[in-house]
Amino acid sequence: MRGLLPFLGHRVFRALIALWLVSTVVFVVMRLSGDPVPLLLPPDAPRSEIFRVRAELGLDRPLPVQYAVFLGNALRGDFGRSIHFRQPAARVVVEYLPATLELGLAAFALALVVAVPIGMLSAVRRNSLLDHASMGLALVGQSAPTFFLGILFILVVSLQLGLLPTSGRDGWRNLILPALTLGAFAMASIARLTRSAMLEVLRADYIRTARAKGLSEALVVAKHTLKNAAVPIVTITGLQFGSLLGGAVVTETVFSWPGIGRLAIQSIYNRDYPVVQCTVFLSAVLFIAINFAIDLLYGVLDPRVRAG
Amino acid sequence: MASSIPASAPAEALALPVDARAPRGARRTRALALSGAAFVLLLVLVAIAAPWLSPQDPIRQSLRGRLAGPTLEGADGRAHPLGTDHLGRDVLSRVLYGSRVSLVVGFAAVVVGGLVGATLGLLAGFRGGMADAAIMTVADAQLAFPFILLAIGIIAVLGPSFPTLVLVIGLSGWVSYARILRAQVLALRSREFIDAIRGLGGSVLRIVLRHVLPNVLSSLVVVATLELGRAIVLEATLSFLGLGIQPPTPSWGGMIQEGREYLDSAWWISTFPGLVLMATSLVVSRTGDWLRDLLDPTLRGE
Repeated sequence: MRGLLPFLGHRVFRALIALWLVSTVVFVVMRLSGDPVPLLLPPDAPRSEIFRVRAELGLDRPLPVQYAVFLGNALRGDFGRSIHFRQPAARVVVEYLPATLELGLAAFALALVVAVPIGMLSAVRRNSLLDHASMGLALVGQSAPTFFLGILFILVVSLQLGLLPTSGRDGWRNLILPALTLGAFAMASIARLTRSAMLEVLRADYIRTARAKGLSEALVVAKHTLKNAAVPIVTITGLQFGSLLGGAVVTETVFSWPGIGRLAIQSIYNRDYPVVQCTVFLSAVLFIAINFAIDLLYGVLDPRVRAG
Repeated sequence: MASSIPASAPAEALALPVDARAPRGARRTRALALSGAAFVLLLVLVAIAAPWLSPQDPIRQSLRGRLAGPTLEGADGRAHPLGTDHLGRDVLSRVLYGSRVSLVVGFAAVVVGGLVGATLGLLAGFRGGMADAAIMTVADAQLAFPFILLAIGIIAVLGPSFPTLVLVIGLSGWVSYARILRAQVLALRSREFIDAIRGLGGSVLRIVLRHVLPNVLSSLVVVATLELGRAIVLEATLSFLGLGIQPPTPSWGGMIQEGREYLDSAWWISTFPGLVLMATSLVVSRTGDWLRDLLDPTLRGE
């Protein structure tokens, strides 16, 4: 385990810096948005009332003090009260979180289950029709805008073929199209990477040795190749999982999926800034935590990365 | 979105016997890159010529002709090859005009990202020390976060407008430029002739123009192409969410959003701008890949 601790220390430091920068941007943006007090009070509120609320929210204090207070509150998960829901913003966001996690995990699982076998088959049957078709599709999947992919799925699968519901969240049938939309990009990337990682390994000397020993091709692929191709696959897979969060905003909006992405967009329309800030902050924490966990896993799996 | 890296390319290149097939492969890549560039040029021409190419005024509404399917003889007596939308506006004309928003925002964002990235990259490279550490830390932090969330938050507060959009999309992509320039400066700094130039009174600007830029020009072209594709998709996404270009100006993302409510009765409103957007995104990002294979194979691994 030599070297793991400095590696971890460096990663923790980077994660904390990223979190601090994100919260600072959130604070600056919030200040740019102007005085929130008129939003909280009826339009005919007397000046004394306005001053009272300003003092109550700490808005009459100097900016550096406000910044410190904001950071302290954010660390404790306190983002103020939601104007629309009349509850603490953090509680609102936490209520919407399970739907997003469900969608994200489903998308991720779907991407893995489809992409890894396809990538393997494409590598083993290189230059076959299957290889060309699936890699062509993967290229389209990587460049297609997520929101339009969702619209296309609704149009073809839900409306034309009538197979699956267009929106909402009750039951697994509602989950398929959003998960496919959200997972498409990851699916395409993982399939392409699995293929190239497999091709790389299939050329290695020990694979030739295994074949020369008279092992069956299936055994060569299953036992020797996949095991050695796994490290890059795990890495890219982990990275993809983190970036799913960004796509959730769009996917949830297209399919009216009641998660934090759609909540963020609706809160923007409601001018409910505490909820917007809390969503951005919480997503950052989640994203950074996931990446950190993957780094950790990777550092344990493959000692070579600790050097980097 | 920064991921149109052809993961298969290195493996493929290594697998081929280099002497026999590489030249043909290179010729093919060149042809593909050229056709991709031709597509972008065509798009630019369409955007410029939109007023002459469009059969109708893209914001002219027509109550009688609303939600008409693709037709050459609409209820309003006009041809609508791609149909009309919920306000009776001609979809073809709006798609043609929509290319203007995509390209103007896309190119402007690339310029903003490129200028900011290049400046910070050069600064980090030449200054070193604290400045370098600070700039690279911010770069790492930005990559460690799904930028679209921050973009949404910023635009939500500042309000959607053209400058905000260009700034936010541009700033979301500065890191790649900064990395390339910083690496080049660091590589040059250890060379003696740079010291000689400075000793002789040559300015930093001269070093940048004569020695840094020529070395990284091809890398910058590749990154800028990939960034253009990303910026166009991001603009469409933000417009789709209602945070981009505001109606009635036609934009592809906005059109897809407007057609959402009519998917079961008037599929053409969302589908045509969407297909054009998808094709643009695919071709531009593939062009970036081809250019990379052609100009700068070392970038592949990133």
